[in-house]
Amino acid sequence: MYDTTYYRASSVSDATSKLAGTEDGKFLGGGQTLIPTMKQRLAAPSDLVDVSGIDALKNISVEGDTVTIGAACTHAQVAGSSEVAEAIPALASLANGIGDPAVRARGTIGGSIANNDPAADYPAGCLGLGATIVTDAREIPADEFFVGMFETALDEGEMVTAVKFPKATKAGYAKFPNPASRYAMVGVLAAQTANGVRVAVTGAGNDGVFRHAALEEALGANWSADATQGVSTDEGDMLADIHGSAEYRAHLVGVMAGRAVDNS
Amino acid sequence: MTKVSMTVNGKARSVEVPDNTLLVDYIRENLRLTGTHVGCDTSQCGACVVHVDGQAVKSCTMLAAAAEGAEVTTIEGVAASKDDLHPMQVAFKENHGLQCGFCTPGMIMAATDMVSRYKAAGKTLDEPAIREELEGNICRCTGYHNIVKAIADGASKMA
Amino acid sequence: MTDQGIGARVLRKEDKRFITGKGKYTDDIVQPNQAYAAFVRSPHAHANVKSIDASAAEAMDGVEAVLNGHQLTGDAIGNIICGWGITSKDGSPMNMGAWSALATEKVRYVGDAVAVVIADSKAQAQAAAEAVMVEYEVLPATSNVRDSMKEGAPQIHENAPGNQIFDWEIGNKDETDAALASAHHTTTMDITNNRLSPNPMEPRSAVATFDESEDHYTLYTTSQNPHVARLVLSAFYNVAPEHKLRVIAPDVGGGFGAKIYIYPEEIVCLWASMKTNRSVKWTSTRSEAFLTDAHGRDHVSTATMGFDADNNIVGFKINTKANLGAYMSLFSSSVPTYLYATLLSGQYNIANVYCDVQTYYTNTVPVDAYRGAGRPEASYLVERMMETAARELGVDPGELRRQNFVREFPHQTPVIMAYDSGDFAGNLDQAKAAADVAGFAARKEEAAKRGKLRGMGYSNYIEACGIAPSAAVGSLGAGVGLWESAEVRVNPVGTIEILTGSHSHGQGHETTFAQLVSERFDLPTENIQIVHGDTDKVQFGMGTYGSRSGAVGMSAISKALDKVEAKVKKIAAHVLEAAEDDIVIEGGEVKVKGTDKAMGWHEVGLSAYTAHNLPEGMEPGLKEGAFYDPTNFTFPAGCYICEVEVDPQTGVTEIVQFTASDDFGTIINPMIVEGQVHGGIAQGIGQAMLEHAVYDDDGQLLSGSYMDYCMPRADDVPNYTVSHHSTTCPGNPLGMKGCGEAGAIGSPPAVINAITDAIGNNNLSMPATPSRVWAALQQVSAAQAAE
Ligand SMILES: Cc1cc2nc3c(=O)[nH]c(=O)nc-3n(C[C@H](O)[C@H](O)[C@H](O)COP(=O)(O)OP(=O)(O)OC[C@H]3O[C@@H](n4cnc5c(N)ncnc54)[C@H](O)[C@@H]3O)c2cc1C
Ligand code: FES
Ligand code: FES
Repeated sequence: MYDTTYYRASSVSDATSKLAGTEDGKFLGGGQTLIPTMKQRLAAPSDLVDVSGIDALKNISVEGDTVTIGAACTHAQVAGSSEVAEAIPALASLANGIGDPAVRARGTIGGSIANNDPAADYPAGCLGLGATIVTDAREIPADEFFVGMFETALDEGEMVTAVKFPKATKAGYAKFPNPASRYAMVGVLAAQTANGVRVAVTGAGNDGVFRHAALEEALGANWSADATQGVSTDEGDMLADIHGSAEYRAHLVGVMAGRAVDNS
Repeated sequence: MTKVSMTVNGKARSVEVPDNTLLVDYIRENLRLTGTHVGCDTSQCGACVVHVDGQAVKSCTMLAAAAEGAEVTTIEGVAASKDDLHPMQVAFKENHGLQCGFCTPGMIMAATDMVSRYKAAGKTLDEPAIREELEGNICRCTGYHNIVKAIADGASKMA
Repeated sequence: MTDQGIGARVLRKEDKRFITGKGKYTDDIVQPNQAYAAFVRSPHAHANVKSIDASAAEAMDGVEAVLNGHQLTGDAIGNIICGWGITSKDGSPMNMGAWSALATEKVRYVGDAVAVVIADSKAQAQAAAEAVMVEYEVLPATSNVRDSMKEGAPQIHENAPGNQIFDWEIGNKDETDAALASAHHTTTMDITNNRLSPNPMEPRSAVATFDESEDHYTLYTTSQNPHVARLVLSAFYNVAPEHKLRVIAPDVGGGFGAKIYIYPEEIVCLWASMKTNRSVKWTSTRSEAFLTDAHGRDHVSTATMGFDADNNIVGFKINTKANLGAYMSLFSSSVPTYLYATLLSGQYNIANVYCDVQTYYTNTVPVDAYRGAGRPEASYLVERMMETAARELGVDPGELRRQNFVREFPHQTPVIMAYDSGDFAGNLDQAKAAADVAGFAARKEEAAKRGKLRGMGYSNYIEACGIAPSAAVGSLGAGVGLWESAEVRVNPVGTIEILTGSHSHGQGHETTFAQLVSERFDLPTENIQIVHGDTDKVQFGMGTYGSRSGAVGMSAISKALDKVEAKVKKIAAHVLEAAEDDIVIEGGEVKVKGTDKAMGWHEVGLSAYTAHNLPEGMEPGLKEGAFYDPTNFTFPAGCYICEVEVDPQTGVTEIVQFTASDDFGTIINPMIVEGQVHGGIAQGIGQAMLEHAVYDDDGQLLSGSYMDYCMPRADDVPNYTVSHHSTTCPGNPLGMKGCGEAGAIGSPPAVINAITDAIGNNNLSMPATPSRVWAALQQVSAAQAAE
C-alpha cells in the first residue's frame, strides 16, 4: 500500500473541508472496496478522510412514505433494521445478501453507491426503487446518479450523506451471484412504485446498472413472474467474461426478474 | 506516523505506526499476535477475522488507525483465561474441524460472532445458515463438513 | 490396553496450538536484522529482457540491494531442474529448458522474476520493486497446448523444437489397435482435465539467514519435504553444501503438492541473505501465489474404449496432450506419465491398454503435481468413459463396471501396475446401499415436480500411493529414492520421541504416528512426541506427498519400533531373568508372561541408559533407526456416488448427496481419515464445478484472485456420507494403503457423471459452472426442437 494520511472526520462539514484541503484525498467509508484497491496498489489517495464515524450519517429513519438511510449505515445495520424490514423488505434482504458478515459489518451504503461497481447490489436497489441520493450539496435522483461503470454524478469532493427511498407498493430483489466473487452476476430489483413499475438490473450490463424498459412494460401490464417470460434482453448490452457469456447473462436477467417478482 | 491506541484482548496497547498500517499488520507485526493470519489480498478468505467492538471484521481490510479506541479481540483472547478454552475452540478440536490450522483462527472468530448475532436476533443457527454465514471464510483442507459440525456444537455450548 | 492405539478416534494432539492461535507458520517467524524481499516480475508472458535499470530503486529509502539473474548465475547458482527424466518413444531424452531462479535473457510467463529488491520493510521493498525499470521486447506467446503445437508457434525454449518436451508411450499398441478394430462396440470421447491452482490457504513463505561466522545457512520455509529441499538446494542449485544448510518447515498451512517443489523465491532468499548478510524474508501474496505456485492438471485427451458383445472391455486407447507450462518443475514430467497412464486400467480387467502422451511448453506458470497428481486425470478419463459407455450400451453403469472388475489379486495390468488387493464389488455394494440407489427413481420424479433435474453418477476409482520401490522408480527415471526413514528414541524416563522424515501440514501425524507407538507399547499418546520438519533434528526423509506418510512413513516407524521392542525385551529378560519370548509389554509395564514379575516401562528406559545391568555385549541406550523401502505401490480404491439437482432455468447444480465407500487398508484413526476424504471430495467438487485457472491467448492469467478463481465455500458442498470397506494391503507391515488423495481423485467423475445424467447431455466439461450447464441444456432443447 502506498503512503497515505488518515483523518477521522467528526461531521459532514469537517469531512468536506478537510478533503478540500488535500492533494488527492478520498473519503473512506467502510473501506471494503477502497482498502483492497489500495492494497493492490491500484489506488493511491494522498489522504483518507474517514466518514464512517460521523454520527449524523448513521441513522435510519422512516417518515411518511420515505425511508432515509444515512450514508455511513453499514449493510448489516440496514439488513437488521426492523424499520427497513417493515417499510421496504426487499431493501433489507438486498443488504443482507451483500458480501459476507464481516463485509456487511463495515461496508456502507454511501461507499457502495459512490463506488458504483457494475456488480454491486445497492445501485440496483436505488435505481429500482427510485431513490434520491442526498449529498452535502444537493439531492440527485437515482436515474441521474448512476452514470456508468464506476461512474456517478458526484462532483469532485462531493459527499453522499444519505439515501432516501420511497416505500414501494411491492418490491423484490433477486441476485444471481458470481460463483467466485459472490458479487452480482445478475441482480434484478423489480418494484411497483407510485410512478409505475421500475426494474433495475445490476451485474449484467456492460455499462453498469440500468433500467429495463421491456421488463417494466411487461410487469406493468401483469405483475407476475410469468410476465417476464419471453421478454428479451439485448445481448449486445451485456458483459461477458470467464464466468458467463453475454447470452447467459441476458437469459438470467429474465429469470432473476421473475424471481424478484416472486420475492415481492 | 500516528500513535494508534486500542484495547487488544483486554490489554491497552499503543503503537506509533504509519497511517497506512492495516489492522492485521498492527496485530501481527507490532503486537506479535500471530494467530491472526493473512490468506488473500482481496478480502475474501477470512483468515484474518478478529472482533472489533464485538463485531467480526476482516482485519486485512481495515486500517489500524480506524480502530483507534476500539476493543479488539483476536484468537489469542477468546478464551476466558490463559488456561481455559472457549467452547468454540473446544468444539473445533472435538469435531476435528481443522487440519492445517491456517484458516482456524478466522473460522473460530467468525463462528463466535455468528452465534452471538443469531442469539441476539432470536434466530436459529441451523446447518444451512452456518454454511451461508461462512461465505467469507475459506478452508482448503476440511471440506467444511466438520467445521459446520463444530460450529453447531460450539453454538450449543456457548452460554 | 490403551484406547489410543490403531483404529481409535483419538483427538488430535496438534490442535491445541492451532485453536489458540499459537501455531508457528513461516511468516510468523522473525529473525534479528531481518530484511524483506520483493520480486520484480514480468508482466509479459513471453519477452526478451533488454535491460534492467535498478538505479532509482537502489537510491530509495531502506533499500539494501537490488539483485538480478546475471549476478545469480555469476555466483554459480544452478538452474532449477526437473528430477524425473522421461524418455521419448524414439529413445531421446526429454527436452528440459534452462530455468534460472531470476531470468536473465528471456521471461517465459507472467510472474517470471527478473530481479529482487531487499529492503528494511515490506513496503519499502515493494515500492522499490516498482521502481526497477525493465525494458522488455515482447514476443508472441502461447498459453495452451493447441497453440504451442501449431506450426510457427512461438519457440519457448531453444532446445525444444515445436515446444514439445517429450512424446512418450506405455502399453501394447498393436494389440490394443487390433482389439479395438474387432470390438463389438466402441466409445470415443474427447476429455479435458481443467487447469487448477492448488491454493493451500497459507501462502508460500521463506526466511533465510546466512551466518557468516560459520558459513552456514538456515531456511525456514513452507515445504512438504524439507530434506528434499535441502538436497536439491545443495546438490543442484549450489546454494550451500548440505552440511552447511539447515531447512526447517515449521507449521505448514496446507500443501496439496504446491509446497513440494523448490521455487525460485527460496533459492533467491538464501542467496540474497549471503549477498546482504541479513536475514531475508519473503511471503507470497495470494496474487503472487496464483502467478507463481505450480498449477495442476491441464490435459487434453482423446480416448476410445472397446467392448465385446457381452460388454466386456477388450481394449482402451488414449492419447493425451499435457501442458507443462513455461519450465519443467521438479516432478512435472512424472505426472502425465507414470503417475497417470499406469492407472488407465482402472478397476477393470482390460487385456489391452495403450496410451501415448505428448507434453508441451506454454507461456504459463509451470504445471506439476496437485493433490492426486496424474491419478485424478486417469480416474476422470476411465470413469467418464465407463459411464458414457454404459449409456451408449443401454446398461446400468454400476453393473457394467461390476462385470469388468478385477477380482483376483495380484493382478498385472498392461500398464506396469500389479494390483495387490481390493474388493471393488464390495465398495460398489456398500456405496449403492448407502446412497439408496434403489430409491433414486422416486427421488428423481419428486424433483421433477419441483422443476428440478435430478441425476446420479458413479465413480469407481483406483489410485496408487507410496510411489515405490526405489529401484523400480529409479529405472523409470526418478532422480530420488522414495523410501522413508524414522528414528525412535526412548528417553531414560520412558517418554518417546519419533523422528520422522514425513512432514505434516494438516494430516495429523503428531497424533496418528503417536497412536502407532501407543498401540505397540501400550503407552498414552501424551508420552509420545513426533519430531519432524527440521533437517538438523531428523536424519533424512523424503517428505509427505502422494499419500505416502502412512504406507511408507509409518512403515519406517514400525520397523524402528521392531528394533526397540526387541531390545526392550532383551533388557527385561535379562533383568527379570526370563526368556525373551516370555516378555510382554502392556499397561506401562514390561512383564514376564504368566507371572507377577515385571518392571515399569520407564525402568527399562532407565536401565538402558544407566547400563548398570545390561545383557553381555549390549550397547547402552534405547534409540533405533530404520529406513523403509516399500516393495510395491499401494492401491487405495473405492466407489463414489454423487446425486445432483440442476435448476434448468439457471444451470445451477446442487449436490444433494455424496456417498463414498473407500478401501484404504488399515485405518489408524478413522476421524482423521474421514477428514482427509471430506477435504479431498471438496477439492474434487471444486475441480468438477467451480475451479478453473484460465489464461487468455496472450498468456495473461484471467483467474488471478479469489474474485475470479472460484474456491469451494461451505455452501457449495454438501455433508458427505463416508464409509469404508477395506482389504488389507499385503505390501507393508501395517496393511495401510493411504487416504490423502482419494477424495480428490475419485470425486470429479462422479460429479460430472451425475450432472450429465441430470441434463441428458454428455457434452460437458469441467468446471461445470452454471453457465456451462445452462449452455449444455440449451443444446438439448435445440436438438429437441430440431426433431
Ligand atoms: C469480500 C467482499 C465481498 C463483497 N461483496 C459485495 C456484494 O456482493 N455486493 C456488493 O454490492 N458489494 C460487495 N462488496 C463491496 C462492499 O459492499 C463495499 O462495502 C462497498 O462497495 C463500498 O462501501 P464502503 O463503505 O466499504 O466504501 P469504501 O471502500 O470506504 O469506499 C468506496 C468508494 O466510495 C467513496 N466513498 C465512501 N463513502 C463515501 C461517501 N459518503 N460519499 C462519497 N464517496 C464515498 C470512497 O472514496 C471510495 O472511492 C464486497 C466487498 C468485499 C470485500
Ligand atoms: S486475509 Fe483478510 S480476508 Fe483474506
Ligand atoms: S484447516 Fe487448512 S485451511 Fe482450513
